[in-house]
Amino acid sequence: MVIGLAHYLSVAAILFTLGILGIFLNRKNVIIILMSVELILLAVNLNLVAFSHFLGDLVGQVFALFILTVAAAEAAIGLAILVVFFRNRGTIAVEDVNMMKG
Amino acid sequence: MIQALFFYLFAAIAIASAVMVISSRNPVHSVLFLILTFVSASGLFMLVGAEFLALLLIVVYVGAVAVLFLFVVMMLDVNFAALRQGFMQYLPIGVLVGIIFLAELLAVAGAWVMAPTAISSVSAPSPDLATTSNTMALGQLIYTRYVFFFEAAGMVLLVAMIGAIVLTLRHRTYVKRQNISVQVARTRSTAIEVKHVESGKGL
Repeated sequence: MVIGLAHYLSVAAILFTLGILGIFLNRKNVIIILMSVELILLAVNLNLVAFSHFLGDLVGQVFALFILTVAAAEAAIGLAILVVFFRNRGTIAVEDVNMMKG
Repeated sequence: MIQALFFYLFAAIAIASAVMVISSRNPVHSVLFLILTFVSASGLFMLVGAEFLALLLIVVYVGAVAVLFLFVVMMLDVNFAALRQGFMQYLPIGVLVGIIFLAELLAVAGAWVMAPTAISSVSAPSPDLATTSNTMALGQLIYTRYVFFFEAAGMVLLVAMIGAIVLTLRHRTYVKRQNISVQVARTRSTAIEVKHVESGKGL
């Protein structure tokens, strides 16, 4: 039984879908939404690394490295905003984020 | 054979723990399952020979990002049970959208054909693992051709760090602080005041 590219793409697709589902289901909890975004980025990384291996091209891994960087920065900024928001409002529910009347 | 076995093992653990991330009642459990997902994904990376990225995933995600999540979850005093209101309400439509989306993605993954020119247009062929390790090959690539992107990534991290510090820093005005330069700069004229008290009268 040979594990091909389609196997990795399927796993990445399932992880991506679970990330999207997490955003749908936990519509009030910003922390879980941020974790779902991390899952989505992980699925993208898995795609890039799988293609990099099966095409024999290292550039995919370089791009996965950059996505990793951006994901870490995004998590740090997102959590910082979350902490500031909690300090000001005392809640992290998404539907209470209406100070800017958006 | 053993590679297929480990692929299915890591894939099953990754998917099962991803399900637990989005469905767990306790956010602390969610973070811990997120860590498990990343460790399994790192195993998958290791299976395709991306050793450097696999270890980087563990260092960056398990070591930094997940700990950051854990820190924030434990620091915030939030009633997480109230935030789960509506979970069951959105479950049918969410699962419906998820199934449609997954079917589309799997259709793409199944009916996919490699372009005949794809192999010949490889821009950075991965070297033989017997002579050059994955880390070395990646280093030779990102420090030469992708050096500007690499520095831009460093800049992104710097901006994120400064941004996070600026956002969460607060100066408390009601706290008395020691100001050493003011203390040292005190002279006799600012510290004491000479009063002439007439005898028999008081101040």
